[in-house]
Amino acid sequence: MTFFLQQVVDGLTTGSVYALIALGYSMVYGVLKLLNFAHGDIYMVGAFIGYFVLQAFGGATALVAPVAVVLIAMFAAAALGAGLLGVGIERFAYRPLRESPRIAPLITALGVSFFLENAVLLLFGSETRLYSTSSFIPFSTGVHVAGVNISLVRILVVVLAAVLMVGLRVLVERTRLGKAMRAVAFDREAAEMMGIQVDRTISATFFIGSALAGVAGVMAGLVFDQVFSLMGFIAGLKAFTAAVVGGIGNVPGAMLGGLLIGLAESFATGYISSTFQNLIVFGILIGVMLLRPNGLLGRATLQKV
Amino acid sequence: MRNGDRAASDAILLRLEEITTHYGPIRILEQVSIEVGEGELVCLLGGNASGKSTTLKTILGLVRPTSGRVLLRGEDVTNRQVSYRVGRGMAIVPENRRVFAPLTVLENLELGAYLRHGEDLREEFERVYTLFPRLHERGDQLAGTLSGGEQQMLAMGRALMSRPRLLLMDEPSMGLSPALVEQNFEIIAQIHATGVGILVVEQNANMALSIADRGYVLQTGQVVLANRSSELLASDELKKAYLGR
Ligand SMILES: Nc1ncnc2c1ncn2[C@@H]1O[C@H](COP(=O)(O)OP(=O)(O)O)[C@@H](O)[C@H]1O
Ligand SMILES: [Mg+2]
Repeated sequence: MTFFLQQVVDGLTTGSVYALIALGYSMVYGVLKLLNFAHGDIYMVGAFIGYFVLQAFGGATALVAPVAVVLIAMFAAAALGAGLLGVGIERFAYRPLRESPRIAPLITALGVSFFLENAVLLLFGSETRLYSTSSFIPFSTGVHVAGVNISLVRILVVVLAAVLMVGLRVLVERTRLGKAMRAVAFDREAAEMMGIQVDRTISATFFIGSALAGVAGVMAGLVFDQVFSLMGFIAGLKAFTAAVVGGIGNVPGAMLGGLLIGLAESFATGYISSTFQNLIVFGILIGVMLLRPNGLLGRATLQKV
Repeated sequence: MRNGDRAASDAILLRLEEITTHYGPIRILEQVSIEVGEGELVCLLGGNASGKSTTLKTILGLVRPTSGRVLLRGEDVTNRQVSYRVGRGMAIVPENRRVFAPLTVLENLELGAYLRHGEDLREEFERVYTLFPRLHERGDQLAGTLSGGEQQMLAMGRALMSRPRLLLMDEPSMGLSPALVEQNFEIIAQIHATGVGILVVEQNANMALSIADRGYVLQTGQVVLANRSSELLASDELKKAYLGR
Protein backbone atom coordinates (compact mmCIF):
# COMPACT_ATOMS: atom_id res chain seq x y z
CA MET A 1 0.00 0.00 0.00
CA THR A 2 2.77 2.39 0.93
CA PHE A 3 4.52 1.61 -2.31
CA PHE A 4 1.31 2.11 -4.23
CA LEU A 5 0.68 5.51 -2.65
CA GLN A 6 4.24 6.55 -3.33
CA GLN A 7 3.71 5.77 -7.02
CA VAL A 8 0.56 7.89 -6.97
CA VAL A 9 2.45 10.83 -5.46
CA ASP A 10 5.26 10.49 -7.97
CA GLY A 11 2.85 10.02 -10.82
CA LEU A 12 0.86 13.11 -9.92
CA THR A 13 4.04 15.17 -9.76
CA THR A 14 5.33 14.05 -13.14
CA GLY A 15 1.79 14.21 -14.48
CA SER A 16 1.46 17.84 -13.42
CA VAL A 17 4.57 18.70 -15.39
CA TYR A 18 3.31 16.84 -18.46
CA ALA A 19 -0.11 18.43 -18.08
CA LEU A 20 1.32 21.95 -18.10
CA ILE A 21 3.33 21.21 -21.24
CA ALA A 22 0.37 19.47 -22.83
CA LEU A 23 -1.83 22.52 -22.25
CA GLY A 24 0.38 24.69 -24.39
CA TYR A 25 0.58 22.03 -27.08
CA SER A 26 -3.16 21.81 -27.10
CA MET A 27 -3.82 25.56 -27.06
CA VAL A 28 -1.51 26.19 -29.97
CA TYR A 29 -3.04 23.31 -31.88
CA GLY A 30 -6.44 24.78 -31.11
CA VAL A 31 -5.77 28.19 -32.65
CA LEU A 32 -3.44 27.24 -35.50
CA LYS A 33 -4.08 23.52 -36.09
CA LEU A 34 -0.31 23.28 -35.85
CA LEU A 35 1.65 20.68 -33.93
CA ASN A 36 4.27 22.92 -32.44
CA PHE A 37 7.14 20.45 -32.17
CA ALA A 38 9.29 23.21 -30.68
CA HIS A 39 7.03 23.30 -27.63
CA GLY A 40 9.14 20.74 -25.74
CA ASP A 41 12.21 22.86 -26.39
CA ILE A 42 10.51 25.93 -25.00
CA TYR A 43 10.07 23.87 -21.83
CA MET A 44 13.78 23.10 -21.93
CA VAL A 45 14.63 26.78 -22.29
CA GLY A 46 12.38 27.48 -19.29
CA ALA A 47 14.35 24.94 -17.26
CA PHE A 48 17.61 26.65 -18.25
CA ILE A 49 16.29 30.09 -17.37
CA GLY A 50 15.31 28.76 -13.93
CA TYR A 51 18.79 27.29 -13.56
CA PHE A 52 20.54 30.55 -14.37
CA VAL A 53 18.30 32.55 -12.07
CA LEU A 54 19.20 30.08 -9.34
CA GLN A 55 22.89 30.66 -10.07
CA ALA A 56 22.34 34.43 -10.06
CA PHE A 57 21.07 34.09 -6.52
CA GLY A 58 24.27 32.39 -5.46
CA GLY A 59 23.52 28.81 -6.49
CA ALA A 60 21.84 25.94 -4.67
CA THR A 61 24.28 25.78 -1.76
CA ALA A 62 24.83 29.48 -1.17
CA LEU A 63 21.57 31.31 -1.74
CA VAL A 64 21.74 35.00 -0.98
CA ALA A 65 17.96 35.42 -0.68
CA PRO A 66 15.11 33.56 1.01
CA VAL A 67 14.18 30.33 -0.80
CA ALA A 68 10.66 31.59 -1.52
CA VAL A 69 12.00 34.69 -3.23
CA VAL A 70 14.39 32.64 -5.32
CA LEU A 71 11.65 30.21 -6.36
CA ILE A 72 9.30 33.02 -7.35
CA ALA A 73 12.06 34.65 -9.36
CA MET A 74 12.88 31.36 -11.11
CA PHE A 75 9.27 30.68 -12.05
CA ALA A 76 8.54 34.27 -13.08
CA ALA A 77 11.65 34.59 -15.23
CA ALA A 78 11.08 31.23 -16.89
CA ALA A 79 7.43 32.04 -17.58
CA LEU A 80 8.28 35.42 -19.06
CA GLY A 81 11.28 34.22 -21.04
CA ALA A 82 9.54 31.16 -22.42
CA GLY A 83 6.40 33.16 -23.15
CA LEU A 84 8.32 35.74 -25.16
CA LEU A 85 10.26 33.01 -26.94
CA GLY A 86 6.97 31.40 -27.97
CA VAL A 87 5.62 34.71 -29.24
CA GLY A 88 8.82 35.27 -31.23
CA ILE A 89 8.71 31.81 -32.75
CA GLU A 90 5.12 32.31 -33.88
CA ARG A 91 5.83 35.75 -35.23
CA PHE A 92 8.89 34.89 -37.28
CA ALA A 93 8.62 31.17 -38.05
CA TYR A 94 4.91 30.36 -38.27
CA ARG A 95 3.05 33.53 -39.17
CA PRO A 96 4.67 33.93 -42.60
CA LEU A 97 3.48 30.41 -43.40
CA ARG A 98 -0.04 30.76 -42.10
CA GLU A 99 -1.64 30.53 -45.53
CA SER A 100 0.70 27.79 -46.76
CA PRO A 101 -0.23 24.10 -46.89
CA ARG A 102 -0.12 22.66 -43.39
CA ILE A 103 2.97 20.58 -44.03
CA ALA A 104 5.11 23.75 -44.33
CA PRO A 105 4.69 25.06 -40.76
CA LEU A 106 4.96 21.48 -39.51
CA ILE A 107 8.40 21.08 -41.06
CA THR A 108 9.29 24.55 -39.81
CA ALA A 109 8.28 23.50 -36.28
CA LEU A 110 10.74 20.61 -36.50
CA GLY A 111 13.37 23.04 -37.70
CA VAL A 112 12.70 25.42 -34.82
CA SER A 113 12.99 22.49 -32.43
CA PHE A 114 16.43 21.53 -33.77
CA PHE A 115 17.42 25.18 -33.80
CA LEU A 116 16.61 25.66 -30.12
CA GLU A 117 18.29 22.43 -29.08
CA ASN A 118 21.45 23.28 -30.95
CA ALA A 119 21.47 26.91 -29.91
CA VAL A 120 21.38 25.86 -26.26
CA LEU A 121 24.02 23.20 -26.92
CA LEU A 122 26.26 25.80 -28.52
CA LEU A 123 25.74 28.40 -25.82
CA PHE A 124 25.82 26.24 -22.73
CA GLY A 125 27.53 23.02 -23.79
CA SER A 126 26.40 19.46 -23.61
CA GLU A 127 26.93 18.79 -19.92
CA THR A 128 23.93 18.17 -17.70
CA ARG A 129 23.36 20.88 -15.14
CA LEU A 130 21.91 20.23 -11.72
CA TYR A 131 19.40 22.28 -9.78
CA SER A 132 20.55 20.40 -6.61
CA THR A 133 17.16 21.12 -5.15
CA SER A 134 17.80 19.14 -1.99
CA SER A 135 20.48 21.65 -0.97
CA PHE A 136 17.94 24.43 -0.52
CA ILE A 137 14.70 22.49 -0.04
CA PRO A 138 15.77 19.48 2.05
CA PHE A 139 14.02 16.17 1.42
CA SER A 140 13.04 16.09 5.06
CA THR A 141 10.68 19.02 4.61
CA GLY A 142 7.21 18.09 3.54
CA VAL A 143 4.77 15.44 4.65
CA HIS A 144 5.84 11.97 5.62
CA VAL A 145 3.01 9.69 6.61
CA ALA A 146 2.99 5.92 6.88
CA GLY A 147 6.20 5.65 4.91
CA VAL A 148 4.97 7.77 2.01
CA ASN A 149 7.20 10.74 1.22
CA ILE A 150 5.50 13.81 -0.06
CA SER A 151 8.37 16.24 -0.23
CA LEU A 152 7.76 19.96 -0.16
CA VAL A 153 8.92 20.25 -3.76
CA ARG A 154 6.29 17.79 -4.89
CA ILE A 155 3.57 19.56 -2.97
CA LEU A 156 4.71 22.83 -4.47
CA VAL A 157 4.69 21.43 -8.01
CA VAL A 158 1.27 19.82 -7.76
CA VAL A 159 -0.35 22.81 -6.07
CA LEU A 160 1.17 25.34 -8.44
CA ALA A 161 0.16 23.24 -11.45
CA ALA A 162 -3.38 22.94 -10.10
CA VAL A 163 -3.63 26.68 -9.54
CA LEU A 164 -2.33 27.42 -13.04
CA MET A 165 -4.72 24.94 -14.62
CA VAL A 166 -7.72 26.38 -12.80
CA GLY A 167 -6.55 29.86 -13.75
CA LEU A 168 -6.22 28.86 -17.38
CA ARG A 169 -9.64 27.29 -17.36
CA VAL A 170 -11.16 30.49 -15.98
CA LEU A 171 -9.27 32.52 -18.57
CA VAL A 172 -10.47 30.40 -21.47
CA GLU A 173 -14.05 30.06 -20.28
CA ARG A 174 -14.79 33.41 -18.73
CA THR A 175 -12.67 36.20 -20.15
CA ARG A 176 -12.91 38.22 -23.31
CA LEU A 177 -9.50 36.94 -24.42
CA GLY A 178 -10.61 33.36 -23.78
CA LYS A 179 -13.71 33.78 -25.91
CA ALA A 180 -11.62 35.35 -28.66
CA MET A 181 -9.21 32.40 -28.47
CA ARG A 182 -12.04 29.91 -28.81
CA ALA A 183 -13.58 31.89 -31.67
CA VAL A 184 -10.25 32.03 -33.52
CA ALA A 185 -9.72 28.32 -32.90
CA PHE A 186 -13.07 27.44 -34.41
CA ASP A 187 -13.22 29.82 -37.38
CA ARG A 188 -10.43 32.35 -37.82
CA GLU A 189 -12.10 34.33 -40.58
CA ALA A 190 -15.41 34.56 -38.76
CA ALA A 191 -13.52 35.74 -35.68
CA GLU A 192 -11.89 38.42 -37.78
CA MET A 193 -15.33 39.48 -39.00
CA MET A 194 -16.27 40.24 -35.39
CA GLY A 195 -13.38 42.69 -35.16
CA ILE A 196 -11.19 40.29 -33.19
CA GLN A 197 -7.51 41.05 -33.77
CA VAL A 198 -6.56 37.55 -34.85
CA ASP A 199 -2.79 38.07 -34.81
CA ARG A 200 -2.84 39.47 -31.31
CA THR A 201 -5.06 36.67 -30.09
CA ILE A 202 -2.69 34.08 -31.56
CA SER A 203 0.30 35.85 -29.97
CA ALA A 204 -1.47 35.83 -26.61
CA THR A 205 -2.16 32.12 -27.00
CA PHE A 206 1.50 31.42 -27.74
CA PHE A 207 2.57 33.53 -24.80
CA ILE A 208 0.34 31.75 -22.33
CA GLY A 209 1.03 28.26 -23.65
CA SER A 210 4.79 28.85 -23.75
CA ALA A 211 4.85 30.47 -20.31
CA LEU A 212 3.18 27.35 -18.91
CA ALA A 213 5.87 25.24 -20.58
CA GLY A 214 8.53 27.49 -19.03
CA VAL A 215 7.02 26.97 -15.59
CA ALA A 216 6.92 23.23 -16.26
CA GLY A 217 10.62 23.38 -17.13
CA VAL A 218 11.49 24.86 -13.73
CA MET A 219 9.28 22.25 -12.07
CA ALA A 220 11.14 19.51 -13.91
CA GLY A 221 14.45 21.00 -12.78
CA LEU A 222 13.27 21.07 -9.19
CA VAL A 223 11.87 17.52 -9.23
CA PHE A 224 14.28 15.65 -11.51
CA ASP A 225 17.28 17.89 -10.84
CA GLN A 226 18.77 17.50 -14.32
CA VAL A 227 18.69 20.10 -17.05
CA PHE A 228 20.16 19.49 -20.50
CA SER A 229 19.64 20.66 -24.06
CA LEU A 230 17.77 17.56 -25.22
CA MET A 231 15.43 17.26 -22.23
CA GLY A 232 12.59 18.80 -24.24
CA PHE A 233 12.50 16.08 -26.82
CA ILE A 234 11.06 13.20 -24.85
CA ALA A 235 9.07 15.45 -22.52
CA GLY A 236 7.55 17.15 -25.54
CA LEU A 237 6.68 13.81 -27.05
CA LYS A 238 4.98 12.70 -23.85
CA ALA A 239 3.13 15.97 -23.48
CA PHE A 240 2.00 15.63 -27.06
CA THR A 241 0.80 12.13 -26.24
CA ALA A 242 -1.02 13.51 -23.21
CA ALA A 243 -2.68 16.20 -25.32
CA VAL A 244 -3.81 13.68 -27.93
CA VAL A 245 -4.99 11.17 -25.33
CA GLY A 246 -7.04 13.88 -23.64
CA GLY A 247 -8.37 15.24 -26.93
CA ILE A 248 -6.13 17.75 -28.68
CA GLY A 249 -7.36 21.33 -28.58
CA ASN A 250 -9.27 20.54 -25.39
CA VAL A 251 -7.97 22.19 -22.21
CA PRO A 252 -9.38 19.80 -19.55
CA GLY A 253 -8.38 16.96 -21.84
CA ALA A 254 -4.74 18.05 -21.75
CA MET A 255 -4.83 18.11 -17.94
CA LEU A 256 -6.40 14.68 -17.75
CA GLY A 257 -4.03 13.27 -20.36
CA GLY A 258 -1.00 14.70 -18.56
CA LEU A 259 -1.97 13.23 -15.21
CA LEU A 260 -2.82 9.91 -16.81
CA ILE A 261 0.52 9.65 -18.59
CA GLY A 262 2.35 10.67 -15.41
CA LEU A 263 0.58 8.02 -13.37
CA ALA A 264 1.03 5.33 -16.02
CA GLU A 265 4.71 6.08 -16.19
CA SER A 266 5.11 6.00 -12.45
CA PHE A 267 3.27 2.68 -12.10
CA ALA A 268 5.15 1.18 -15.02
CA THR A 269 8.44 2.14 -13.42
CA GLY A 270 7.39 1.06 -9.95
CA TYR A 271 5.74 -2.25 -10.72
CA ILE A 272 7.35 -3.42 -13.91
CA SER A 273 10.56 -1.73 -14.92
CA SER A 274 11.59 1.68 -16.13
CA THR A 275 12.61 -0.04 -19.35
CA PHE A 276 8.94 -0.45 -20.17
CA GLN A 277 7.94 3.08 -19.21
CA ASN A 278 7.82 4.46 -22.73
CA LEU A 279 6.31 1.29 -24.15
CA ILE A 280 3.40 1.68 -21.77
CA VAL A 281 2.96 5.42 -22.33
CA PHE A 282 2.81 5.05 -26.09
CA GLY A 283 0.77 1.86 -25.74
CA ILE A 284 -1.85 3.98 -23.97
CA LEU A 285 -1.73 6.45 -26.84
CA ILE A 286 -2.39 3.74 -29.40
CA GLY A 287 -5.09 2.15 -27.28
CA VAL A 288 -6.96 5.40 -26.71
CA MET A 289 -6.68 6.32 -30.38
CA LEU A 290 -8.20 2.99 -31.39
CA LEU A 291 -11.12 3.29 -28.99
CA ARG A 292 -11.67 7.05 -28.96
CA PRO A 293 -10.03 8.68 -31.98
CA ASN A 294 -10.91 12.17 -30.70
CA GLY A 295 -9.28 11.52 -27.33
CA LEU A 296 -10.88 10.93 -23.97
CA LEU A 297 -12.58 14.31 -23.67
CA GLY A 298 -12.56 15.32 -27.34
CA ARG A 299 -15.97 15.46 -28.93
CA ALA A 300 -16.49 14.56 -32.53
CA THR A 301 -15.70 17.99 -33.97
CA LEU A 302 -18.70 20.20 -34.49
CA GLN A 303 -18.66 20.93 -38.18
CA LYS A 304 -18.71 24.39 -39.59
CA VAL A 305 -21.91 24.43 -41.61
CA MET B 1 -26.10 53.57 -64.95
CA ARG B 2 -23.63 52.98 -62.16
CA ASN B 3 -25.32 54.31 -59.11
CA GLY B 4 -28.95 54.36 -59.96
CA ASP B 5 -30.83 57.29 -58.71
CA ARG B 6 -30.01 57.85 -55.07
CA ALA B 7 -31.26 61.21 -53.85
CA ALA B 8 -28.27 63.54 -53.81
CA SER B 9 -29.12 65.02 -50.42
CA ASP B 10 -28.56 61.72 -48.55
CA ALA B 11 -25.23 61.39 -46.78
CA ILE B 12 -23.11 58.64 -48.22
CA LEU B 13 -22.45 55.82 -45.80
CA LEU B 14 -20.45 53.51 -48.01
CA ARG B 15 -18.85 54.17 -51.32
CA LEU B 16 -16.87 51.72 -53.43
CA GLU B 17 -14.87 53.51 -56.08
CA GLU B 18 -13.89 51.42 -59.07
CA ILE B 19 -12.87 48.44 -57.02
CA THR B 20 -10.86 45.72 -58.73
CA THR B 21 -10.10 42.60 -56.69
CA HIS B 22 -8.00 39.59 -57.57
CA TYR B 23 -7.59 36.16 -56.04
CA GLY B 24 -4.03 35.41 -57.05
CA PRO B 25 -3.82 36.11 -60.75
CA ILE B 26 -7.56 35.77 -61.31
CA ARG B 27 -9.56 38.95 -61.50
CA ILE B 28 -12.80 38.55 -59.56
CA LEU B 29 -14.11 42.14 -59.45
CA GLU B 30 -13.58 44.75 -62.11
CA GLN B 31 -14.18 48.46 -61.57
CA VAL B 32 -17.06 47.93 -59.19
CA SER B 33 -18.62 51.14 -57.91
CA ILE B 34 -21.39 50.90 -55.38
CA GLU B 35 -22.95 53.31 -52.93
CA VAL B 36 -25.08 52.91 -49.87
CA GLY B 37 -26.61 56.00 -48.28
CA GLU B 38 -27.14 56.45 -44.52
CA GLY B 39 -30.05 54.26 -43.54
CA GLU B 40 -30.50 52.96 -47.06
CA LEU B 41 -31.31 49.34 -47.91
CA VAL B 42 -29.50 48.25 -51.05
CA CYS B 43 -29.43 44.80 -52.55
CA LEU B 44 -26.66 43.24 -54.56
CA LEU B 45 -27.91 40.65 -57.02
CA GLY B 46 -26.18 38.31 -59.39
CA GLY B 47 -25.75 34.71 -60.38
CA ASN B 48 -23.47 32.19 -58.78
CA ALA B 49 -19.81 33.14 -58.68
CA SER B 50 -20.51 36.63 -60.00
CA GLY B 51 -18.45 38.14 -57.16
CA LYS B 52 -21.09 39.12 -54.62
CA SER B 53 -19.34 37.61 -51.60
CA THR B 54 -16.01 38.97 -52.77
CA THR B 55 -17.58 42.43 -52.91
CA LEU B 56 -18.70 42.16 -49.28
CA LYS B 57 -15.32 40.79 -48.21
CA THR B 58 -13.58 43.68 -49.95
CA ILE B 59 -15.83 46.16 -48.18
CA LEU B 60 -15.10 44.61 -44.78
CA GLY B 61 -11.39 44.26 -45.49
CA LEU B 62 -11.06 40.48 -45.46
CA VAL B 63 -9.82 40.82 -49.01
CA ARG B 64 -7.79 43.78 -50.26
CA PRO B 65 -8.57 45.26 -53.67
CA THR B 66 -5.83 45.63 -56.25
CA SER B 67 -7.14 49.06 -57.13
CA GLY B 68 -9.95 51.37 -56.18
CA ARG B 69 -11.07 52.75 -52.83
CA VAL B 70 -13.48 51.89 -50.05
CA LEU B 71 -14.90 54.94 -48.31
CA LEU B 72 -16.88 54.68 -45.09
CA ARG B 73 -18.70 57.93 -44.37
CA GLY B 74 -16.14 59.74 -46.43
CA GLU B 75 -13.13 58.13 -44.74
CA ASP B 76 -10.81 56.07 -46.92
CA VAL B 77 -10.56 52.70 -45.18
CA THR B 78 -9.08 50.78 -48.12
CA ASN B 79 -5.89 49.95 -46.24
CA ARG B 80 -7.43 49.49 -42.82
CA GLN B 81 -7.76 46.25 -40.86
CA VAL B 82 -11.10 44.54 -40.50
CA SER B 83 -11.15 45.38 -36.79
CA TYR B 84 -10.80 49.07 -37.58
CA ARG B 85 -13.75 48.96 -39.96
CA VAL B 86 -15.86 47.06 -37.46
CA GLY B 87 -14.95 49.65 -34.85
CA ARG B 88 -16.12 52.31 -37.32
CA GLY B 89 -19.54 50.76 -37.70
CA MET B 90 -19.41 47.86 -40.16
CA ALA B 91 -20.81 44.44 -39.32
CA ILE B 92 -21.50 41.36 -41.38
CA VAL B 93 -23.91 38.47 -41.42
CA PRO B 94 -21.65 36.11 -43.35
CA GLU B 95 -22.53 33.58 -45.98
CA ASN B 96 -23.45 30.28 -44.29
CA ARG B 97 -23.89 32.11 -40.98
CA ARG B 98 -20.53 31.07 -39.53
CA VAL B 99 -21.76 31.04 -35.93
CA PHE B 100 -19.21 29.80 -33.38
CA ALA B 101 -20.62 26.31 -32.94
CA PRO B 102 -18.74 25.27 -29.77
CA LEU B 103 -19.62 28.51 -27.99
CA THR B 104 -22.95 29.28 -26.37
CA VAL B 105 -25.55 31.55 -27.93
CA LEU B 106 -24.77 34.20 -25.32
CA GLU B 107 -21.03 33.99 -25.99
CA ASN B 108 -21.68 34.36 -29.72
CA LEU B 109 -23.64 37.53 -29.04
CA GLU B 110 -20.91 38.84 -26.74
CA LEU B 111 -18.34 38.27 -29.48
CA GLY B 112 -20.48 40.36 -31.80
CA ALA B 113 -19.81 43.23 -29.39
CA TYR B 114 -16.13 42.29 -29.02
CA LEU B 115 -14.85 45.79 -29.71
CA ARG B 116 -17.33 47.40 -27.34
CA HIS B 117 -15.89 45.91 -24.15
CA GLY B 118 -16.49 47.94 -21.09
CA GLU B 119 -19.59 49.49 -22.60
CA ASP B 120 -23.09 48.91 -21.34
CA LEU B 121 -24.63 46.39 -23.71
CA ARG B 122 -28.05 46.12 -22.09
CA GLU B 123 -29.71 48.12 -24.82
CA GLU B 124 -28.18 45.94 -27.54
CA PHE B 125 -29.20 42.73 -25.83
CA GLU B 126 -32.70 44.08 -25.43
CA ARG B 127 -32.90 45.07 -29.08
CA VAL B 128 -31.63 41.67 -30.24
CA TYR B 129 -33.88 39.73 -27.86
CA THR B 130 -36.89 41.76 -28.99
CA LEU B 131 -36.17 40.87 -32.60
CA PHE B 132 -35.28 37.26 -31.75
CA PRO B 133 -36.90 36.12 -28.48
CA ARG B 134 -35.66 32.62 -29.27
CA LEU B 135 -32.06 33.68 -28.67
CA HIS B 136 -32.97 34.79 -25.17
CA GLU B 137 -34.45 31.40 -24.33
CA ARG B 138 -31.43 29.58 -25.74
CA GLY B 139 -28.69 31.68 -24.18
CA ASP B 140 -26.78 28.77 -22.64
CA GLN B 141 -27.19 26.39 -25.54
CA LEU B 142 -24.24 25.71 -27.83
CA ALA B 143 -24.68 27.52 -31.12
CA GLY B 144 -23.87 24.37 -33.08
CA THR B 145 -26.96 22.65 -31.69
CA LEU B 146 -29.37 25.31 -33.00
CA SER B 147 -31.53 24.71 -36.06
CA GLY B 148 -30.58 26.41 -39.32
CA GLY B 149 -33.20 29.10 -38.84
CA GLU B 150 -32.05 29.78 -35.30
CA GLN B 151 -28.43 29.98 -36.44
CA GLN B 152 -29.48 32.58 -38.98
CA MET B 153 -31.13 34.58 -36.18
CA LEU B 154 -27.97 34.25 -34.13
CA ALA B 155 -25.77 35.44 -36.99
CA MET B 156 -28.00 38.49 -37.38
CA GLY B 157 -28.22 39.14 -33.66
CA ARG B 158 -24.45 38.80 -33.34
CA ALA B 159 -23.92 41.38 -36.09
CA LEU B 160 -26.38 43.79 -34.46
CA MET B 161 -24.56 43.58 -31.11
CA SER B 162 -21.87 45.91 -32.42
CA ARG B 163 -24.58 48.53 -33.12
CA PRO B 164 -23.55 48.83 -36.76
CA ARG B 165 -24.27 51.76 -39.05
CA LEU B 166 -23.63 49.58 -42.06
CA LEU B 167 -24.81 45.99 -42.02
CA LEU B 168 -23.54 43.64 -44.72
CA MET B 169 -25.57 40.48 -45.28
CA ASP B 170 -24.50 37.62 -47.50
CA GLU B 171 -27.43 35.53 -48.64
CA PRO B 172 -29.28 35.55 -45.34
CA SER B 173 -32.10 33.41 -46.67
CA MET B 174 -29.96 30.64 -48.08
CA GLY B 175 -31.07 27.23 -46.86
CA LEU B 176 -34.17 28.49 -45.06
CA SER B 177 -37.69 27.18 -45.60
CA PRO B 178 -40.01 29.50 -47.58
CA ALA B 179 -41.84 30.53 -44.42
CA LEU B 180 -38.58 31.41 -42.71
CA VAL B 181 -37.34 33.27 -45.77
CA GLU B 182 -40.35 35.53 -45.56
CA GLN B 183 -39.87 36.05 -41.83
CA ASN B 184 -36.23 36.82 -42.51
CA PHE B 185 -37.07 39.57 -44.98
CA GLU B 186 -39.48 41.08 -42.48
CA ILE B 187 -36.69 41.22 -39.93
CA ILE B 188 -34.36 42.86 -42.43
CA ALA B 189 -37.03 45.46 -43.12
CA GLN B 190 -37.40 46.02 -39.36
CA ILE B 191 -33.66 46.51 -38.92
CA HIS B 192 -33.71 48.89 -41.86
CA ALA B 193 -36.51 50.83 -40.20
CA THR B 194 -34.25 51.54 -37.21
CA GLY B 195 -31.95 53.53 -39.48
CA VAL B 196 -29.19 51.02 -40.15
CA GLY B 197 -27.75 51.12 -43.67
CA ILE B 198 -27.87 47.66 -45.22
CA LEU B 199 -26.19 46.05 -48.19
CA VAL B 200 -27.74 42.65 -48.71
CA VAL B 201 -26.61 40.00 -51.19
CA GLU B 202 -29.45 37.86 -52.44
CA GLN B 203 -30.24 35.19 -54.97
CA ASN B 204 -33.92 35.79 -54.44
CA ALA B 205 -34.11 38.93 -56.58
CA ASN B 206 -37.82 39.67 -56.43
CA MET B 207 -38.08 39.28 -52.71
CA ALA B 208 -34.97 41.38 -52.09
CA LEU B 209 -36.07 44.16 -54.42
CA SER B 210 -39.48 44.26 -52.79
CA ILE B 211 -37.92 45.60 -49.58
CA ALA B 212 -34.82 47.37 -50.93
CA ASP B 213 -34.50 51.00 -51.97
CA ARG B 214 -32.09 50.24 -54.77
CA GLY B 215 -30.33 47.33 -56.37
CA TYR B 216 -27.16 46.48 -58.23
CA VAL B 217 -26.63 43.48 -60.46
CA LEU B 218 -23.21 41.90 -60.77
CA GLN B 219 -22.18 39.75 -63.67
CA THR B 220 -18.73 38.14 -63.75
CA GLY B 221 -17.40 40.77 -61.43
CA GLN B 222 -18.88 43.84 -63.10
CA VAL B 223 -21.87 45.97 -62.25
CA VAL B 224 -24.18 45.57 -65.23
CA LEU B 225 -27.29 47.15 -63.76
CA ALA B 226 -27.97 49.71 -61.07
CA ASN B 227 -31.30 51.28 -60.41
CA ARG B 228 -34.11 51.90 -57.99
CA SER B 229 -35.85 48.71 -56.95
CA SER B 230 -39.16 49.68 -58.47
CA GLU B 231 -37.50 50.30 -61.84
CA LEU B 232 -35.57 47.07 -61.69
CA LEU B 233 -38.73 45.16 -60.86
CA ALA B 234 -40.68 46.82 -63.62
CA SER B 235 -38.14 46.58 -66.41
CA ASP B 236 -37.08 43.41 -68.09
CA GLU B 237 -33.41 44.40 -67.95
CA LEU B 238 -33.10 42.36 -64.78
CA LYS B 239 -34.31 39.19 -66.46
CA LYS B 240 -31.97 39.83 -69.35
CA ALA B 241 -29.07 40.38 -67.02
CA TYR B 242 -29.75 37.11 -65.28
CA LEU B 243 -30.33 35.17 -68.49
CA GLY B 244 -27.27 36.72 -70.04
CA ARG B 245 -24.85 35.20 -67.53
N1 LIG C 1 -10.61 32.36 -51.70
C1 LIG C 1 -10.74 32.28 -53.05
N2 LIG C 1 -9.68 31.94 -53.81
C2 LIG C 1 -9.79 31.87 -55.14
N3 LIG C 1 -10.93 32.11 -55.81
C3 LIG C 1 -12.02 32.44 -55.10
C4 LIG C 1 -11.99 32.53 -53.69
N4 LIG C 1 -13.22 32.89 -53.25
C5 LIG C 1 -13.99 33.00 -54.35
N5 LIG C 1 -13.28 32.72 -55.47
C6 LIG C 1 -13.78 32.79 -56.84
O1 LIG C 1 -14.24 34.09 -57.07
C7 LIG C 1 -15.41 34.07 -57.86
C8 LIG C 1 -16.49 34.87 -57.18
O2 LIG C 1 -16.82 34.23 -55.96
P1 LIG C 1 -17.86 34.85 -54.95
O3 LIG C 1 -17.51 36.25 -54.69
O4 LIG C 1 -17.94 33.93 -53.80
O5 LIG C 1 -19.20 34.78 -55.79
P2 LIG C 1 -20.72 34.80 -55.34
O6 LIG C 1 -20.77 35.18 -53.91
O7 LIG C 1 -21.34 35.80 -56.24
O8 LIG C 1 -21.27 33.44 -55.59
C9 LIG C 1 -15.76 32.61 -58.07
O9 LIG C 1 -15.34 32.23 -59.36
C10 LIG C 1 -14.98 31.90 -57.02
O10 LIG C 1 -14.60 30.61 -57.46
MG1 LIG D 1 -21.45 34.11 -52.26
